[in-house]
Amino acid sequence: MSNASPVRDEPAAVKWTVIGLAALFIGLFIVLPLVNVFAQAFVKGWQAYLDALVEPDALAAIRLTLLVTALSVTANTVMGLVTAWAITKFSFKGKSFLITLIDLPFSVSPVVAGLIFVLLFGAQGYFGPWLIDNGWKIIFAWPGITLATVFVTFPFVARELIPLMQEQGTTEEEAAVTLGAGGWRVFSRVTLPNIKWALLYGVLLCNARAMGEFGAVSVVSGHVRGETNTIPLQVEILYNEYQFQASFAVASLLALLAIVTLLAKTALEARLVSRSGRH
Amino acid sequence: MSFHFKPAVTAALIAALAVPVGLAPIGFTPAARAADVSLLNVSYDPTRELYQQFNKLFADKYKADTGKTIEIKTSHGGSGKQARSVIDGLEADVVTLALAYDIDAIADKGFLAQDWQKRLPDNSSPYTSTIVFLVRKGNPKDIKDWGDLVKPGVQVITPNPKTSGGARWNYLAAWAYALKKEGSEDKAKDFVRNLFKNVPVLDTGARGSTVTFTERGVGDVLLAWENEAFLSKKEFGDDKFDIVVPSLSILAEPPVAIVDKNVERKGTRDVAEAYLKLLYSKEGQKLAAENFYRPRDPEVAKEYEKVFPKVDLVTIDDAAFGGWRKAQKTHFSDGGVFDQIYSN
Amino acid sequence: MSDMTLDRTTLVGTAPPTAARRQHSVIPGFGLTLGLTLLWLSLIVLIPLAALFVKTAELSVEQIAAILTAQRTLNALKISFGLSLAAAAINLVFGAVIVWALVRYDFPGRRILDGLIDIPFALPTAVAGIALTTLYAENGWIGSLLAPLGIKVAFTPLGILVALVFIGLPFVVRTVQPVLEDLDHELEEAAATLGAGRWTTIRRVVLPAVLPAFLTGFALAFARAVGEYGSVIFIAGNLPNISEIAPLLIVIRLEEFRYADATTIAATMLVASFILLFIINGLQRWSQSRTGRTA
Repeated sequence: MSNASPVRDEPAAVKWTVIGLAALFIGLFIVLPLVNVFAQAFVKGWQAYLDALVEPDALAAIRLTLLVTALSVTANTVMGLVTAWAITKFSFKGKSFLITLIDLPFSVSPVVAGLIFVLLFGAQGYFGPWLIDNGWKIIFAWPGITLATVFVTFPFVARELIPLMQEQGTTEEEAAVTLGAGGWRVFSRVTLPNIKWALLYGVLLCNARAMGEFGAVSVVSGHVRGETNTIPLQVEILYNEYQFQASFAVASLLALLAIVTLLAKTALEARLVSRSGRH
Repeated sequence: MSFHFKPAVTAALIAALAVPVGLAPIGFTPAARAADVSLLNVSYDPTRELYQQFNKLFADKYKADTGKTIEIKTSHGGSGKQARSVIDGLEADVVTLALAYDIDAIADKGFLAQDWQKRLPDNSSPYTSTIVFLVRKGNPKDIKDWGDLVKPGVQVITPNPKTSGGARWNYLAAWAYALKKEGSEDKAKDFVRNLFKNVPVLDTGARGSTVTFTERGVGDVLLAWENEAFLSKKEFGDDKFDIVVPSLSILAEPPVAIVDKNVERKGTRDVAEAYLKLLYSKEGQKLAAENFYRPRDPEVAKEYEKVFPKVDLVTIDDAAFGGWRKAQKTHFSDGGVFDQIYSN
Repeated sequence: MSDMTLDRTTLVGTAPPTAARRQHSVIPGFGLTLGLTLLWLSLIVLIPLAALFVKTAELSVEQIAAILTAQRTLNALKISFGLSLAAAAINLVFGAVIVWALVRYDFPGRRILDGLIDIPFALPTAVAGIALTTLYAENGWIGSLLAPLGIKVAFTPLGILVALVFIGLPFVVRTVQPVLEDLDHELEEAAATLGAGRWTTIRRVVLPAVLPAFLTGFALAFARAVGEYGSVIFIAGNLPNISEIAPLLIVIRLEEFRYADATTIAATMLVASFILLFIINGLQRWSQSRTGRTA
């Protein structure tokens, strides 16, 4: 990539100043906070670190987070595929408006995302009284936490798929249909292999966001220890209980998840680039 | 630019995705659900340590008395916020909040009887507390009384009275002092305004403020629950902080109540009653005292006499306030005195 | 100016083929997938958001006006929008530096630096919040260095700015990076051959080409920052009128049982973010049309 010609090069002094500034900025704003999480987590050594992770409330938080993540990522993956199919394989009026609506949760404040579900399903909300009388617990239980998480992660998979599927067009699918393949067969044999890496990438991002969501979940959780606290909420609770090391230990799980996500993402991107042959 | 997909990366990827899905079923069968009965206590911020120990005491007793196991869950946060959660449907069997008004608010929505506070002894408050100052070791800013808090250059840490119960007690104690000293409501208003001018951080709950003061090192004095101040000294060591007892403070009565609507639905009234009763027993009172809450029981109080400093205390029912509903309306409602302080 | 137009149109050689052609499709599943999409969108996004407006509509216009013009609300919105704007601007400048370094120069550790950009995107906001607070508090690694200079970051509006810069950085970098990578080398070489200085070339050739991407990245970072909650509440002092952001005010109103206030402020922010999204999508289309003209 960098077959730089002399005319495109700045003087070495400029070059290294730019690199230095970039490195300084990234170091100060990104690396230090990340390093800090692990430094604080291990401040009392490995044993304390592990103890913090196997503490029953922490385990319950991990379990709840995994449940909520599994549900919301699955739902959004399936629906992301459906949405991307509808948007990219057909042309219809109002498509760009639809895309804007799909993007909407991305720019809605997480707090508002939590609030709307309280308005709907809270005991004083529109459907809450009926639901509670019939024994359904939505808010302050895992269904409400899942709903808020699904809302917040709504656009992630579709967002990754739509540009790629648009780029790929519809020719291959049309050929397959002409040859007599049914809808599902076209999707699983023709479309899916073409988009699998982008799909995986979208799922990964969706997964990271789902596990780490704080604001929306905080509004609908009720903060019952061992029951409705997700990992990020458990981090906040421990932080408020003078258990800083434990708090950062649990936080480090999420930081680790972020790092794994990014490693996988880098690998996937290389894959995507080499497949689509754009470079 | 070619980059080969390393098998290790693929494996990590698959693992990362498979783990949540594979482990999900565990979430459906909470391991701790083995208990026969379960009770939810929705409480305020600084009671975490108290109820951690008290729940164990109750569970052991319950097991001995009935042979059944019980699991007690707790939720902690700013008192007002916790009341909001119960109103919105958090199924608390019992609420143990920072002040009566927050339980009144729950009662107003029909979750429990309006006269709930008469159902248990001592205004339904099994323990009391008061507001004291926590200062840095050696009291470098020489803070002795409320009057010192409005001096320029003194940074005061308190949570937000709109969301935190403890902060409302803080505020009212300051108000009581100013009213007594200055003699007029207008001057009292100026006093609290000047006090809040010295507040650099306004957390939503008492615990948030304590963390800001103790761990983050912000501020010269923390207005705190007495129990919270003692706990900070215990957690961080005597060599870091001193407690200053002001000339006048307020008798804080954190009340407890059964949430009728929820216990009826869940069939947990008996357990909930037994739970709150234990708070009034000798054992419960001792545990409260161990956690630096002032016990109501005269004998237990005598036993722990030396722990708690003697303070001149006003109460919320004094003429200056006229009970929680009036105090809430005057000071903390929309457009009340506290809003006026922050709007200009 | 005429050479500039020429530049823009020749820029594009590498642009992707454009999307879906207009035709009657033989591919099955239109009704099913669009129906499901609309159903799912309605259930998860539209109906819940509608609840917000229904709740707000229960108020009279005067009440809504009173809530929105209350000093504290105005200040919270000012703080949220103002600091988000400032954070996006800082990200624009440093984002440009970072993108230039990553795309144009080869240096040891470039790949790692590149990978790190996405950390704020993947790191949960609460974790970012406590990590930044611990760092920038007066007894923290960075805070203790700044304290002697009289600079306080944590628990001041500056702290909010730091958090917003943190979460916004990837948006600017990741939007601009691909555009700068795709930029044709020959243009700059041509400009140089024609005697343009390096700075002139960057200003007249490179900048116009990446400007739409910069604006999009700026708008994305801004939109994200306006709604941000988790990372900010730990590091902000949360003082009304000084360091209280709008999302926090929504939470506080909710905790005070003042649902009307909470929903009104929320609805206002929602409208603002919807408008922002429209602008962003418009910018993206503009940017695509500029780069896709000859495709």
